[in-house]
Amino acid sequence: MKAPVSWITEHVDLPAGTTTEQLAARLTALGLKLEAVESPGDQITGPLVVGKVLSREPEPQKNGKTINWCAVDVGAANGTGEPQGIVCGAHNFDVGDLVVVVLPGAVLPGDFAISARKTYGHVSAGMICSAAELGLSGDHDGIIVLPPDAGAPGDDAFDVLGLHDDVIEFEINPDRAYALSVRGVAREAALAYAAEGATFRDPADRDVPAPTDDGHPVELHDTDGCPLFVARLVEGFDPAAPTPDWMVRRLTQVGQRSISLAVDVTNYVMFELGRPIHAYDADTLTGPVGVRRARAGERLTTLDGTERTLSEQDLVVVDESGPVGLGGVMGGEATEISAATTRVLVESAHWDPTSMFRTGKRHRISSEAGKRNERGVDPAITEAAADRVVELLTTYGGGSAGGVTVAGSVPDRAPITAAADLAARISGMDVDHATTVAHLEAVGCTVDDRGDGTLVVTPPSWRPDVTDPHDLVEEVARVVGYETVPSVLPTPDAGRGLTRDQQLRRRVGRTLAGAGCVEVVSFPFVGDATFDQLGLPADDERRRTVRLANPISSEEPGYATTLLPGLVKAAARNLGRGAPGVALFETGTVAFPADAGPAPIYGVDRRPTPEELTALLTAVPRQPLHLGAVLAGEQERPGWWGPARAAAWSDAVALVHRLADELGVPLEVRSDVRAPWHPGRCAAFVLAGPAGRVVGHAGELHPRACRATGLPERSAALELDLDALLAAVPATAPAPVFSSFPLAKEDVALVVDAGTTTAEVEAALRDGAGELLESIRLFDVYTGEQVGAGSRSLAFALRFRAPDRTLTEQETGAARDAAVAVAAERCGAVQR
Amino acid sequence: MSGPNTDYDPVEVDALKPEEVEAARDAALAAIAQAADLADLKQVRTAHTGDRSPLALANREIGALPPQARKEAGQRVGQARGAVGKALAERQVVLEAEHEERMLVEETVDVTLPTDRLPRGARHPLTTGAEHIADIFVAMGWEVAEGPVIEAEWLNFDALNLGPDHPARTMQDTFWTDPEDHGLVLRTHTSPVQARTMLTRTPPIYVVCPGRVFRTDEYDATHSPVFHQVEGLAIDEGISMAHLKGTLDHFAAAMFGEGISTRFRPSFFPFTEPSAEVDLVCFVCRGAQVVTTADGVETCRTCRGEGWIEWGGCGVVNPRVLTACGVDSERYSGFAFGMGIDRTLMFRHGIEDMRELFEGDVRFTTAFGTEL
Repeated sequence: MKAPVSWITEHVDLPAGTTTEQLAARLTALGLKLEAVESPGDQITGPLVVGKVLSREPEPQKNGKTINWCAVDVGAANGTGEPQGIVCGAHNFDVGDLVVVVLPGAVLPGDFAISARKTYGHVSAGMICSAAELGLSGDHDGIIVLPPDAGAPGDDAFDVLGLHDDVIEFEINPDRAYALSVRGVAREAALAYAAEGATFRDPADRDVPAPTDDGHPVELHDTDGCPLFVARLVEGFDPAAPTPDWMVRRLTQVGQRSISLAVDVTNYVMFELGRPIHAYDADTLTGPVGVRRARAGERLTTLDGTERTLSEQDLVVVDESGPVGLGGVMGGEATEISAATTRVLVESAHWDPTSMFRTGKRHRISSEAGKRNERGVDPAITEAAADRVVELLTTYGGGSAGGVTVAGSVPDRAPITAAADLAARISGMDVDHATTVAHLEAVGCTVDDRGDGTLVVTPPSWRPDVTDPHDLVEEVARVVGYETVPSVLPTPDAGRGLTRDQQLRRRVGRTLAGAGCVEVVSFPFVGDATFDQLGLPADDERRRTVRLANPISSEEPGYATTLLPGLVKAAARNLGRGAPGVALFETGTVAFPADAGPAPIYGVDRRPTPEELTALLTAVPRQPLHLGAVLAGEQERPGWWGPARAAAWSDAVALVHRLADELGVPLEVRSDVRAPWHPGRCAAFVLAGPAGRVVGHAGELHPRACRATGLPERSAALELDLDALLAAVPATAPAPVFSSFPLAKEDVALVVDAGTTTAEVEAALRDGAGELLESIRLFDVYTGEQVGAGSRSLAFALRFRAPDRTLTEQETGAARDAAVAVAAERCGAVQR
Repeated sequence: MSGPNTDYDPVEVDALKPEEVEAARDAALAAIAQAADLADLKQVRTAHTGDRSPLALANREIGALPPQARKEAGQRVGQARGAVGKALAERQVVLEAEHEERMLVEETVDVTLPTDRLPRGARHPLTTGAEHIADIFVAMGWEVAEGPVIEAEWLNFDALNLGPDHPARTMQDTFWTDPEDHGLVLRTHTSPVQARTMLTRTPPIYVVCPGRVFRTDEYDATHSPVFHQVEGLAIDEGISMAHLKGTLDHFAAAMFGEGISTRFRPSFFPFTEPSAEVDLVCFVCRGAQVVTTADGVETCRTCRGEGWIEWGGCGVVNPRVLTACGVDSERYSGFAFGMGIDRTLMFRHGIEDMRELFEGDVRFTTAFGTEL
């Protein structure tokens, strides 16, 4: 909402010397937030005067343009009284017109200094100005042509153009619809300066005529949707009458283009009083106008030329021909004011905000009228607003006021009963009973003090938002001043601290960062192309996403089911920017469709029952927390120690092991085939124990996936279900029991089939070695002639120790032989 | 070597003559003194104390003497050998020390060589920032609550007094899941976590809810369709706006430094009444609006000369929200607040472009280390 200071102060006397900044600051403190102040004249200095064009000689130029060599009377402003010679490139003026002239020595916006200069063969002593050159908004290309009565040559043009008039732009919250009018802003200004004695003069406070017999008939069929409809006739209107200059200027100041007198007047009154008004060409209406809900299939072409199919929930204004307007939202094309309109029917009606909101949303109409009607307009000024329109139309458009119709009435307002000390208790401010009552009255409430500690408060008609006791608290608090709220730290009981999961997640991040990985935060949106790049099979469950109805990009309509796409993109971006290698990780939620049907929408007058709550929560998709990492390019830098080392499958696998060790979760590894990993270089991680759940994968990315995503070959990746992994973290770590008796070492080399994994052989050895085995570790892998094609030799270091004695060679040897025997049995291992 | 002889005259055995023993001792001592390094000394040790050394040979002759002569000869040889042994040990210590000195000099390296074989890792400032905020509140006895990002419409809107026809719904441009009438959204704020908390716990409640939220905003230097919020909720008996102010003042000081406080401006949020915008005293100019630099006095860039920085929204929980979430609004009142973590980090750390948070450039993230 833009409000010129001159318009505000028409309705409130502020203390002398009040600056625009002070006014804006006080209004901001009351809840009308300052967005910007436009001070159009601030950037102009020097002589800017009214000029009268005495002569205008068009002179075609070689470059194809035609310039006008003009003599302009600027009175005594140039010191000589002689006409000023000025070159002007615009053509929208004639001899005798009043124009705006800037003289040498002046400075225009953008530090544009004006001097007499030679151009097109003349000395141009100044410039005839356009709105744009003066920093004024305007949709006119040419220069400003002033009305004939604007002033005399040589007059200061600052006042003529309103350049001294600041315009304050406010950001108005949805609850303060009344402030979408100069009336509302002026009322708040009076409140802001109440202590200094400022008083508000209500522009809607006017005597309105009683209904007459010759009014246009009105029939209200839906008094919930439209409880009050005022129709006023203006007869003998001159459709060619111009809009007065002052009105055009104010409309321009508030950002509204001038269209025609009739339209401008309705807009002007809307900005002045906040009540949207519609004007019909009365001669295009047939029979009484009525208000009802639209019927299925009814159509209406609105002012914007769009033919709309109406819904049975839309409120429409009708005549005998059918709908002639979307009530309160937009008028119809067939009945709008035209250049031939001489009889105007002025509609000022009060509309149900919810209906307005729904109709605006349904038909995607966003208008100044709709914005006010859907937030709530003061119903008490419906007649006054119509009267103000009639006054302006008859004053500037000729004609006379005709019949008056008032259908319906101002809806009743329910009072609010509230504890008198509620404002003090909830605001925490030092505000006593008398102050509470006084402030409620200051904002327009009628207060019935019952004397028993309760107040029965009737809010003012312009405050439809004030419905609850807490609304009254805010009114009192903002008048007292939010800056007086004391600062008191609450002292809750001892809390439980971070949950174990929250602590573990921090540990996960620190572990990966400690291992050299850098965390990223990606957008969680994916599409088919993403999955195609990674080579996910058509039936892969990760392709079934929770889809968005209105995604940012139609290419990525799904919520992520895997973190790898975002990681891969970030890795490629880093490499593209010159990084020799990256190790990135991300923790984030992924989502899988719940397939549970729509999530229910309940009422809000009570808590949902436990069953209702369960139904609600199960309709929400499952969203596990995942951990992903992508390692690409150089992982160890080159240096005096040796060459660089690029990412390999084992880097990703090692990260998982490091994390599992850190968390104390035993994980088993087995080879697996899963996109986007290399089918021969993909490890699955399984939680130990009977459940045996796979919690994730790691390994080298498939070469095709690397090529498709722009990563170097051999890039590696991992993705884990972090929720599942963290759930397996033991609550407490039991202290280990270890022996201080001597260690016995046995190394064995076993030849196995190349397809047999180390984990399988190790598990067999472990099982066979029995309780004396303290540790086992693979220390060498050999392939070559000595073991033959298709086989490899795995060398393990077995370490034995007993809790209570020094082991004999016989005992150790027997344990080793038992281990090898099980490996031979299960894996076909042959000891070398 | 002579055989046993019961009346043998020791002076007749050459090797045991005093002058022979002394000569052997002196030769040994001289050799020891001359040994230049440990290898030399090892040779000297072999030559003068080994099995074939004169003193060892002399020692063996003692057994051949008649008993009455053995004592004197034994003493003479023993003293000589003792002197040699002592000299050897002393020389050994000296030479070892010299050797070590030399070795240390020889092993000198260029300690300025780079050792950054492994690149450094880092955690994202959005993560560590959220943790930092959580820690501030946990220290006050609050807890950290979390919830899903794809959320039931009822929890994201209706339960928070944002009914289907509330104009404020259009203030939050919402991502809906397909089909749109399935009642699921990408949460537009972390407030549904507050609703979930109230629905599943009994007061008193003191929780902060950090998390990722979504709005269909443009993606530019100051907006992102994906961003992060932290909200707080306190429900207890006797809670007022004063407690809200106290909490936010504490939060501001903990986050931005001692003496940094907040101010309230009236505002509107459906879930709170009264509602306020919360501004922060600019932590750079500390409200002065200008800063003094080497070039003179300049308008503070952090707050753009306002002296205050817009930080977030807050208010007293609307009793309608308490009712929908099953909290007795007669007995309890509460306050809630919310601010952007991204925005908070942007002005706290001077991040010029919000997109840097989401691009994953390691040069950006690494600058923030692993704790904020």
